[in-house]
Amino acid sequence: MNRRVVITGLGVCSPNGVGINEFWKNTLQGISGIRFIPQLEELKFSCQIAGEPQVTQDHINHRFTTLEQRGLNASGIVYGVLAGMEAWEEAGLPVNETPDYDTGIIFGTGILGVDKFREAIHKIDDGNTRRLGSTSVLQTMASGISTYLNSKLGCGNQVTTNSSACSTGTEAVLMAYERILHGRAKRMLVGSCSDSGPYVWGGFDAMRILPTHYNDNPTEASRPMSATANGFVPSSGAGALVIESLESAFERGATIHAEISGGFMNSGGQRADGSMTAPNSQAVRRCISQALKTSKVHPDEISAINGHLTATKKDPDEIYNWSRALHRKGNEFPAINSLKSMIGHGLAASGSLECVATVLQLKHQQVFGNINCEDIHPDILEHISAEKIVQQSTAIELNHIAKASFGFGDVNAVVIFSKFSG
Amino acid sequence: MIYDKLKDIIKVYLPEDVNVDSINKDSHLMNELNINSAHLVDIVLDIEDAFDIEIANEDIERMQTVEDALDVIEGKLEA
Repeated sequence: MNRRVVITGLGVCSPNGVGINEFWKNTLQGISGIRFIPQLEELKFSCQIAGEPQVTQDHINHRFTTLEQRGLNASGIVYGVLAGMEAWEEAGLPVNETPDYDTGIIFGTGILGVDKFREAIHKIDDGNTRRLGSTSVLQTMASGISTYLNSKLGCGNQVTTNSSACSTGTEAVLMAYERILHGRAKRMLVGSCSDSGPYVWGGFDAMRILPTHYNDNPTEASRPMSATANGFVPSSGAGALVIESLESAFERGATIHAEISGGFMNSGGQRADGSMTAPNSQAVRRCISQALKTSKVHPDEISAINGHLTATKKDPDEIYNWSRALHRKGNEFPAINSLKSMIGHGLAASGSLECVATVLQLKHQQVFGNINCEDIHPDILEHISAEKIVQQSTAIELNHIAKASFGFGDVNAVVIFSKFSG
Repeated sequence: MIYDKLKDIIKVYLPEDVNVDSINKDSHLMNELNINSAHLVDIVLDIEDAFDIEIANEDIERMQTVEDALDVIEGKLEA
């Protein structure tokens, strides 16, 4: 298989920036998108902070017609459409008048249109099903986001929504990569989204895995790799990428941001040390190794890692697994960061948000700094030296970056992104 | 005026290529004004809210043209 696969478009709707320019600028500056959410306090949540993209009415008017805005009550769709349309336009692709059978969409989510569904539930329970309106189904079916995007774009290849918890966005990238590699599509709009709000985050609050002592200082709450990490901060948003065959990108003179060299997905079967909420370490290491093998990138060639690193007790385990899988430790370990320190855990959106950030790093040859980990966890320092955990955004020669997402249910996805050198 | 209120409701659902001036009493909602059939239920909800009436399923089936919608509305208001 000699086909090469590249990235030709990027879009983002993040708690610390709506749109690629604002997002990248803020991320480089270590600006957090975590805020105190009054509604969570009213509803007696223990964790009353979260990440929510600051979407304005102007943003919405830009992408949604007046008609589309009627009864629109699905924040995941708003975020996904904003990110997806930005990526599409940035890739220089047209809105299709007739179906483009060469282009598809894989846009994932974990749960969609939660607020709209709540609206529907109340109406149905009150005996008022007849008042649901015609878009209730569209806004709440999981594939609503890929369908909604396609109503605007006219793609005629596979159009679907994948779902694998926190690995959803990264998995979507790999599914598109494989489809294009096998010649079944020329390009795919890829990404994932996650609604914001108490109904999405409540279940996590109930599991008591979120930070509860940072309601007064939200920006310091998300602390991946820190000795004082105390749970992930719930978040939301969407990331989007246009993934394309190199041949097609050249043919239409598209700007190429980076290349996908390879990747892998697997599961730890929730066996050994794996469970619903914790990964099987051996499976994680296998996933990293397989990703490297398929990409033909040697472990020593990895310039940086963008980790899953959620700020739970599992962070040191993840670092250990990276170290073992790459056979690199101490000072030899690559630079590593986690976007979650600034935007929290976007759940199903996390993989795509973080893949976008990873590609931006390659494009700009800069690694963004981590915040909230001046106090690195001692278990981590047993395996890698402190300087590897980048504290300030730095220019580094970046050739290959390994990006991983590990999801609830012991599911793993690792992508090897590479600088495009022609 | 009922007709004006109804036109205001319908115009939101017109596709981009249909002008609000195209609406007249015998306009067929789907065939001439090209309104997506899925939106009929939304138009009915907007009518119910604007005129404070309730429209039954059998009435919705009768509403093919603007005139039909006016008849249904006037019928409910007189009741």
